Amino acid sequence: MANSRFVYVTYIRATPEKLWRALIEPEFTRRFWCETWQECEWKPGASWRIMIPDGRVADSGEVLEIELHRRLVLSWRNEFKPELREEGYSRLTYELEQQGESVKLTVIHEIDKPDSKLIEAVSSGWPHLLASLKSLLETGESLKETRRWPEGI
Amino acid sequence: MDEVFKALADPTRRTLLDRLFENNGQTLGELCERLNMTRQAVTKHLKLLEAANLVVTIWRGREKLHYLNPVPIHEIADRWIGKYERGRLRVLAELKKQLEGETNG
Repeated sequence: MANSRFVYVTYIRATPEKLWRALIEPEFTRRFWCETWQECEWKPGASWRIMIPDGRVADSGEVLEIELHRRLVLSWRNEFKPELREEGYSRLTYELEQQGESVKLTVIHEIDKPDSKLIEAVSSGWPHLLASLKSLLETGESLKETRRWPEGI
Repeated sequence: MDEVFKALADPTRRTLLDRLFENNGQTLGELCERLNMTRQAVTKHLKLLEAANLVVTIWRGREKLHYLNPVPIHEIADRWIGKYERGRLRVLAELKKQLEGETNG
């Protein structure tokens, strides 16, 4: 295969508006995404980055496409691990689709190179974050393991 | 959750997930070829896996690609496995793997 990609889907009982906020607003991401938050103006071409609580930048890129409450595409480069950073920019897509009382959230993370270490690294983190996001929106509580930035990383 | 257990209860469907785990993003044709099964049989199994959200598909050009979606399995694990048990269970799983060799369950 000439690229590396994963596709994850989860169904969350929430409105697309609420889920959209949870994906981008610091007050939500700090709770299910290991205390991190994103800095961005959320418009096409805007620069984007994820901040680690100790002040480092985890990942950065820009907004490639944005369709409010429906679709968000970001370019994404790791910034804190040299072996991942050197792979350059990957692409992250969120798609939100109302299905009855739930929203189908599709997360696609891909890069145009085979056997990407970046994609391998993020693919093991996403299922956990998505389970925590679902828990946060449906029960008000995120999962314990995702409430703190892991020590030593 | 019932659909996840039902989908996982069949050895052929677990094999399909194993194939996708090894090589994610395959077409129906690729999956059939490697499994030596008819298109019809594989399609039927994939349908159940998709209903359980264990397999998701996306279109890229004219190709429909199948991806393993581990999210429902994580949701099951998070329901019953607590924070502190996770580390111990990993050690036990590792020990079992070493003692028994890399055989499939």
